[in-house]
Amino acid sequence: MRSTADNLFKALSDPTRRAIFERLTRNGEQTVRALTERSGVSQPMVSKHLSALKRARLVRNRRHGRETHYQARPEALAPLVDWIGNYGAFWQDRLDRLAEVLERMDK
Amino acid sequence: MTQPDTSTRSLIIEKEFPHPPEKVWRALTESSLMEQWLMKNDFQPVTGHSFTLRREPMPNWNGVIDCQVLAVEPCRTLSYTWGTLGVETVVTFTLTPTDAGTHVRMEQSGFRPDQETNYKGAKYGWQKIIDGLERVVAGLE
Repeated sequence: MRSTADNLFKALSDPTRRAIFERLTRNGEQTVRALTERSGVSQPMVSKHLSALKRARLVRNRRHGRETHYQARPEALAPLVDWIGNYGAFWQDRLDRLAEVLERMDK
Repeated sequence: MTQPDTSTRSLIIEKEFPHPPEKVWRALTESSLMEQWLMKNDFQPVTGHSFTLRREPMPNWNGVIDCQVLAVEPCRTLSYTWGTLGVETVVTFTLTPTDAGTHVRMEQSGFRPDQETNYKGAKYGWQKIIDGLERVVAGLE
């Protein structure tokens, strides 16, 4: 089974899915039909993308009558943010290497 | 929806090296030495010089960091932009001589939403990511 982070990176790797997620982030809750009208792809494709976004917990949905409404969950981006946060570890590591280079340089 | 946060956050790492500033400066600015501790590069210590840092490509990233030299003050300050994955930050090294050698302060600053693309739509999702990045970076300090 994929981890939440894997699902997240995979979900965001597709431009159509990112566009859907961004639209939900920007405009708030929307129905599948409304999302389809603006996406340029078929409703089954939009539903498929929404499923991928849901697996990554980037969206939540609710049924209301015959319509399904989707809402963005930007907080689900946390694993990506953590990944970028590795920059701290990156620089620690590089400065340790710098210390080694300085040791090796003309003594 | 929250208002865009226009403040910036920095990642700061400090380290003391038992070597004189002149020597640390060489390691920070000579291309072949930089490659040994940072990345492959075509750096030149000339203000305005554009260069790239390269590491092994990985999924979803070609491993290239686009940079431009902003400031060169021999043995004191070196600053360059650091652009990758659509996020441009600034890396600044500040050297201070100490009794034991050299104190190096590395600051990577400018993690912030891109003002130009705020609310323009396509990049909004990425702005959210950068907003989140600020929190993480703040937590690292």
